[in-house]
Amino acid sequence: MTDPAIVASGIGKIFNRNSDNAVTALTDIDLSVEPGEFVSLIGPSGCGKSTMLRIFGDLISATTGSVEVFGKPASQARLDRDYGMAFQKAGLFDWRKVSANIELPLELAGWSKDRRAYRSQEMLSLVKLQDFGDNYPWQLSGGMQQRVAIARALSFEPKLLLMDEPFGALDEMTREHMQVELLRIYREAGTTVVFVTHSIPEAAFLSDRVVVLSPRPGRVHSVIDVDLGVRNEDTRESERFFRATTEIREALRSVEANS
Amino acid sequence: MTAVVRSGLALPSPAPILRALRRMAAGAVAMAMVAVAWETYKWMGGRTNDHWPGTSFGLPVRTNDLVMPHVGTIWGALWDPVQRGRSQTLAGFLFQSARFTFNEAAMGFAIGTVIGLFLAVLMLRFSTAERGLMPWINISQTVPLIALAPIIVTWGRGTFLSDTQAVSIIATYLTFFPVAVNALQGLQSPAKADLELMRSYAAPWSQTLWKLRVPSARPYLFPAFKLAATLSVVGAIVGEISAGVRGGLGRAVLNFATIYSTGPEKLYAAVLASAMLGLFVFVLVTGVERIVDRNQNRGESGNTTREA
Repeated sequence: MTDPAIVASGIGKIFNRNSDNAVTALTDIDLSVEPGEFVSLIGPSGCGKSTMLRIFGDLISATTGSVEVFGKPASQARLDRDYGMAFQKAGLFDWRKVSANIELPLELAGWSKDRRAYRSQEMLSLVKLQDFGDNYPWQLSGGMQQRVAIARALSFEPKLLLMDEPFGALDEMTREHMQVELLRIYREAGTTVVFVTHSIPEAAFLSDRVVVLSPRPGRVHSVIDVDLGVRNEDTRESERFFRATTEIREALRSVEANS
Repeated sequence: MTAVVRSGLALPSPAPILRALRRMAAGAVAMAMVAVAWETYKWMGGRTNDHWPGTSFGLPVRTNDLVMPHVGTIWGALWDPVQRGRSQTLAGFLFQSARFTFNEAAMGFAIGTVIGLFLAVLMLRFSTAERGLMPWINISQTVPLIALAPIIVTWGRGTFLSDTQAVSIIATYLTFFPVAVNALQGLQSPAKADLELMRSYAAPWSQTLWKLRVPSARPYLFPAFKLAATLSVVGAIVGEISAGVRGGLGRAVLNFATIYSTGPEKLYAAVLASAMLGLFVFVLVTGVERIVDRNQNRGESGNTTREA
């Protein structure tokens, strides 16, 4: 229980390592995430934040360094189904109904039909789509699809939720609404979240800690603690929120200036 | 936020029978137009001694009754006895022949589809297999069927295959190709993010195949099946001719070709019957596709997404 959610030490990633166009995407990344923490990765495009997330999730392997997730290697954590993932595109399967999409990871894990149905109904209530289980994904709006994707990611109670700009394709109002929803779900599910974004207000609003990355090669520039207390729509107009966004913005500016 | 029309039925199809009738009517009109064009050309050629009106340029196809029998003559021949002294009409004979050829083609289609799907999965699983097999699969289709067919029939005679089964194998040879190529493309079609999702669930290869790759391949498969179905008919007819198999459309075409000078309308009727058989198998596959579509209820067109 006391194991940190993520301990990344000395992570480096070089793409096309043995060719002329080798690209160093990440170098010397040290980061640890505590259980229950909400950590955002932010930085200019090309800073390797998505790459970092994918290394955490064992979708790709690091060139150097190691990642431990709950005290085990990332590859083992993946095989143990410790990860829930959500990407910018909801990535729902068109040929499955909404409930069947949520049940996909449960099917893969060998849950019985009844148990799956019960859980998908639970998850639909959690994301407030209880009446949409029998619809197909393409019958839902973008924001609703994204909520289904989050429900799917959480359906098997993963210990770690990895999200890569999940609200990037949504309009601003829907996006802010989804952020509030995500925080509620995150509190109710009691999970750990690593969240990639390039939106300063989004990072400030959601996170306990914001990791600011600098590009070429991607490094940790600074880590900003955010404490906004209980967050709701009013938080966005608060003084503390303004201070947090300012701090993140200034960190990003100094990143830009140095690169 | 957004309100969404939530009918699981999507667009309620307005009387599918009506739409089918409309499609059939459109087909009939198209055929009638071909007949009218045929007769018009023939009439014009008759008036100008096979020249373009007002010029000395000859028409590409002569218009006498031997080269271009009247549509009415062809139609009439269908209801005459196929041979003097026999009670069976030409239409009945062609229908019987088409059934015979259909059986061979269907067997060829079935085997070809299975082989095609098997090859696609094999090539998907082992990229060395793809590199090694793909050139051969492509080359296989450049070998003229006319040359290959007698070889297959001769091989078949040395084994347990009957000649009609050998014809099915020839049809198989044509059908496996589009299925293999399209199925592979379809199986490789899932987005990287979808594959990563399955990886994040620690899904083994077989589950990724069944739960992601196969459903993703469905839109690629039916066009291939339609092509394969019509090719299976072509393969069966060519196979029958090469193998000298009696009873099918291939033999009918061959026979009527030898008596062309005394009855061109019979060869035309046989060609028409072959085209009809091709159309029939195409419609058959399309029907299966519609049934599968209804069960899967996929929103490919996107026009069923309605937001207010």
